[in-house]
This record gives sequence, structure tokens and C-alpha cells, in this order.
Amino acid sequence: MYLYDHYDQQIVNERVAQFRDQTRRYFAGELTEDEFLPLRLQNGLYVQRHAPMLRIAVPYGLLSSTQLRMLAHITRKYDKGYAHVTTRTNMQLNWPKLEQVPDILQDLASVQMHAIQTSGNCIRNTTTDQFAGVARDELVDPRPWCELIRQWSTFHPEFARLPRKFKIAVNGCVNDRAAIEVHDIGLEAVRNSDGELGFRVLVGGGLGRTPMLASVINEFMPWPHLLSYLEAILRVYNRFGRRDNKFKARIKILVKALTPEGFAKKVDEEWQHLKDGPSTLTDAEVQRVSQHFTAPDYQSLSDVPELLAEQDAQHPGFARWRSRNTTAHKQPGYVAVTLSLKKTGVPTGDVSESQLDAIADLADRYSYSEARNTHEQNIVLADVEQTKLLQLWLEIRELGFATPNIGLLSDIICCPGGDFCALANAKSIPVAEAIQQRFADLDYLFDIGDLDLNISGCMNACGHHHVGHIGILGVDKKGEEFYQVSLGGNSGRNASLGSILGPSFAQDTMPDVINKIIDVYIEQRTAEEQFIDTYQRIGAQPFKERVYAPHH
Amino acid sequence: MPLIIKNNQVIEDSWHLLQADCSLADALAQPQPIIVPFTLWQNHAVELKQLTKLGVWLDSHEAIEEIVEDLPLFSLVALNFPTFTDGRHFSSARLLRERYAYSGEIRAIGDVLRDQLFFMQRCGFDAYAVRADRCPHDALLSLTEFSICYQSAVDCPEPLFRRRVLKSA
Repeated sequence: MYLYDHYDQQIVNERVAQFRDQTRRYFAGELTEDEFLPLRLQNGLYVQRHAPMLRIAVPYGLLSSTQLRMLAHITRKYDKGYAHVTTRTNMQLNWPKLEQVPDILQDLASVQMHAIQTSGNCIRNTTTDQFAGVARDELVDPRPWCELIRQWSTFHPEFARLPRKFKIAVNGCVNDRAAIEVHDIGLEAVRNSDGELGFRVLVGGGLGRTPMLASVINEFMPWPHLLSYLEAILRVYNRFGRRDNKFKARIKILVKALTPEGFAKKVDEEWQHLKDGPSTLTDAEVQRVSQHFTAPDYQSLSDVPELLAEQDAQHPGFARWRSRNTTAHKQPGYVAVTLSLKKTGVPTGDVSESQLDAIADLADRYSYSEARNTHEQNIVLADVEQTKLLQLWLEIRELGFATPNIGLLSDIICCPGGDFCALANAKSIPVAEAIQQRFADLDYLFDIGDLDLNISGCMNACGHHHVGHIGILGVDKKGEEFYQVSLGGNSGRNASLGSILGPSFAQDTMPDVINKIIDVYIEQRTAEEQFIDTYQRIGAQPFKERVYAPHH
Repeated sequence: MPLIIKNNQVIEDSWHLLQADCSLADALAQPQPIIVPFTLWQNHAVELKQLTKLGVWLDSHEAIEEIVEDLPLFSLVALNFPTFTDGRHFSSARLLRERYAYSGEIRAIGDVLRDQLFFMQRCGFDAYAVRADRCPHDALLSLTEFSICYQSAVDCPEPLFRRRVLKSA
């Protein structure tokens, strides 16, 4: 992974000093609440229901074991002994004290971490595929490009006060696990007919109150121009994006107003001035950054299907886990393992200090000392030897990471919701838990198969409900918490947004509602269909009829 | 005289900033030099051109492209920040310096607070009329908060990645 040189380290150190002084001035009354707001937000600090919430940046999800141990230490020293993996692959603390945040930042800086731009109206953490560098369907490793974008966007002076938040995702695979179609900018690394590397550029996707899929504005931007082209997009947005209404301030509204063609033209005009300027990337820089993302020192191994089949036969639980929680690897003899943070009874994405330490140890012993947060709120060990898989499974069963549910209904994406978040209209964690309890039977879960169920506690959509095959949105009706259900969302390639099924439901009926939806699917599916396929074939009507059928 | 930050120093301001609704007669009655609102310039360029030293100010929705032709006439362009969260004129300043090669003073006016200044400086501002209730001497400290920046900007056109290579070569 990327290692800081003295420049990177100095920037982060100077940030700690800057934020320490900003915090001091706030407590001294030299900064008002309103003035401190954008400063603390751009440092990931929200004021929540119970305490400030600190969002720590995990660039494109990558963590070293050293960083994991520091996070464990920080949750012990400054918080209540746990952290939360967010849908932007960051780590969130729910109970820090404002006056201690500068000390937390200082501890983070000691392991090349920070909380820069994890919130606020600026360019946020760039995300990518959790299997970057190891996925079999990968064409281009997106990580060096993510790091180049991270550096370019860190304290970018022109884009420090944007109309609204701004999210970039990069994909380099055949499949899209980075959900680039629902980002402000989605970048797909591609090669042209001459084999040259470039980026297909999508703009104007996003969830929130007005969900939209991104439009392609450039089919192929050669790599040297990546940063100048991003700069042109951001400049057009910074200058012409709406600032009069917070809910119309995302770039998607501007793209829609100008039409994608009109927006693309404006960007191109801007870019003509920036093209070949000093921001043009050099081969030397791309190589400098790329050398941090070369393959680890793999042993020359072969795949061991016979051994694994034998182990499957001996340990049905292992077989079940392996079928869901492991992913094929580029390198023969290796496999990527997803640690499930979706055990029933534990809030989605939460991880305790002892678990963080344990993951660090696992990373050291099994996966070249690295781990990855996923936007589905799990953690990946990307480089595990197949012959050590059984041993790893035995260990993580004890640690609570072996729930065999990756990609299944109980692998729910869920925001912190009304239990923690001041913005939420409704709680989301208890709904997730009630559904997980209802679908606790593993045979049944496996029979249902691939299904993305996403829950957001408000229309800001941190739980990505629009792109869940089943999406659940918490709404407030006259002071009571209700839940709206949508079906048919999909965050992968050819993404789609879910359609609202109908009137919302009371919290205690939600497991029944989901049950009825699943029943319709089970009854109607053909042998090869997953939930989303059946939905696309039969449409919403059969689900509506079942869910809203009058009681007998 | 009010204090402003100019070229990294706190100095007394000799310019007189006119309000948005100022009439031509009012403007000419003020002590010189004056910074006129863009609309006054639009309507009375002929008369205002007679002044030996002139500044113009743009509100955050006014595009610098509107004054590009006239830039040689202005010793000063002031860019107004109606609120400290409005970043539109960060782009305006860069365009003035980088695209239109403006070398006169670019001054931040309006809701100008200490914690915007570092970004403003990088975008090409060289003068800051810090909000009247705040101390410009304090604000001055922010201009040196970072010693290294990643991106190409007005204060340092070479991005860090180009300088890194030079250093290691």
C-alpha cells in the first residue's frame, strides 16, 4: 500500500497543528459555532445525538495491521471500545470528545492516517473495488489512480468550499463493485484499441434525496490528462453549481439542468485551457505511486481444489462459509476472504477494539499485513493462501467474523440511523437486526441467494437504499418512525434505482413485509434466477399485491 | 484607516470600497482611489475610465469573464464573499491570474475569515480585507499553516509530483 514520504507526512502533521489551533479558537470563543462548522466537518467531525462523531479517512479502504492496531488503541483510549465501517470505507467513532480530537489526529498521523475531507462540502474519500489488485476480472489496478486523486484532492485550494459534498469512485474491473454509476464522478479505467490506458468518465450520479444515475461525458480520457480533466469538471461545478438550495446543490442537478451533452461541452471548453498544463501527469509519478501497489511477495503455488473439497466434506460449515465469504484470486493458490461484520445482534459494520487487534493479527499472519474496508461494511483479507483457509476459518469463527452471509439477505448495508445520527428520521439498526433474526435460518438464506438489502434512516441515503435490490428508507410520519420499501435497485454495472413499492410500514411489521416479498420471489423464480432477475421479469405488481393484501 | 492584509503584511488600506447600490455621483464624490461595484462599471465605464486609479468588485455570482477586456484599466479587482462558505471566487481568482494574466491586486472582501486565507492565497489573492470584527494580525498566521501542497496553483504552478521527481533525480 502507499507509504508516506516526508512530504505526505509533513502535510498531515501540519494539519494536526492547524486543527488543534482551530479547536482552541473555538473553545476560546474566537470562532463561532457557524464558523467552526465547515472546519470541523472537513475534518470528519459531526455533532451527533450523543457526542461528536469522528470519521477517520481510510483511503480507498486500505489499512495496514499497524493502522488497525492504532485504531484499536484509539477506540480504547478516546472512545467506547468500538468503531464503525462506513459505506465510504472510512472508520467512524461515535463517542469521541471534541477537545480530544486533536490528540486523536496526532495518534492517527503517527501511522500515516488522518480525517481530512471525510465530511463537508469538499472532495471526499475516493473509493474503489475491495478486490483491487487481486480480482480475476481486473483489467487495470485502480489503486494508484485513487492515490493520485487522493493527493490532488487533499486541500485542493480551489475546491475547498464547493456547493456540496463530492464523491469520486474508480473501477478497473469487468464487474463494477465500486458503484461508479452512483457517484458524482465515476471513473472506469479502460484501454483503447492501441492498448493505451485512459478513463471513461461518468458524471452526475448520486443517491440522496434526488437519486440519479451518472451520464458518460467522455468515453476515453488518456491517463496523463486525468487530473486536469477532473479539475475542469470541478471548476465548472464550483462556479455554476447551485448554492441557493442545499437539496439542489449536488453536481447531478447541474448536469441535469445543462443536459449531459451541455455539461460535457462546458467541461471540454474549460479543459482546453488546462490541457497539457502543469497538472498533466507524468510517467515518473505514476510509476512512483504504482510501485506501492505491486503484488506482494507471493509464493509460487497452485490452486488446491481437491484439498478444499475434502475439507468441505469434513466441515459443512466451512463449505458454506467458503461458498459465500471467499472470492477467487488472480494468483494461483491464493484466495480473498471477506470477514463478515454482519453477525445478527451486532450493528452493521461495527467492530470492537479487540476485534480490530485480532484483524491486525490475522492480517499479519495470513494476508501480508493488510486489510480492506468494503463499502458493504465488511473487511477483506485479500491475499490468503488456500491451504491456510480452514485454519483461518476456525480462528475467525471464534472472533465472530465467520457468518457465512456475504451477498446474502442478512449482509445488510445500514447507516447508523436514529440511534446515533442527528439527521436520521428513523432508526435503522433495530430494523436490520429484526430482519436478520427473521432470516436466521442459513438453509433458507442460502436458498434465497444473492440479495442486496440496504437500509437508510433518512433520505440522505447513507445506507444506499436506492441501489438495494430491496431498499428500506426510514421516514417520519407525524413524529412516528415508518419505513418505505423500494425494489429493483442495483449498484453494479448497468446500475438501476429502486422503485417505491407503496405506502410505508410500521417498524414492527418490517420482518413480515420482507418475508412476503421473499415469498413472492421464491414462488415465482425460475431455477437460475436471483431475486433481482425475478423482479426485473415480473415487475413490482405481484410484490405489491402480496404486501398490501387485505388481512383475512 | 482600516487595516488589510496585503502581500503578507498588515497595512493601512488606502482604497475606498463603494456599496453595491452606489450612484455615479456618489462614487465620484468619494475620496480616491475607489473600488466600484461591477454594475456601476457596466453602466458608467466612460466616466469611470477618467480616474487615474480604479478598482472594481464582483459579487460571487458575477463572472470574471465580464471584465476580461477591461482588466488593464483596473489596479485592483476585489472579489466578494457573501458568506465564508461560498467558494466560487476561488475559481475566479485562479482564472484571473492563470488564464488572463492579471497582475494587479486581487482582494478578498466580504465574509473573509482567517481559515479561508490559505486557500485564497493559493488561488491568487494577494490582499484580504478580513471582516471588521476580526483581527487581521491573527488572520495573517494562517498564510503559513502549510509548508507543502500537492496541487498546481497560482502560488506554486508546479504540482508536488513534478518537484518530487526533480528532487530525487
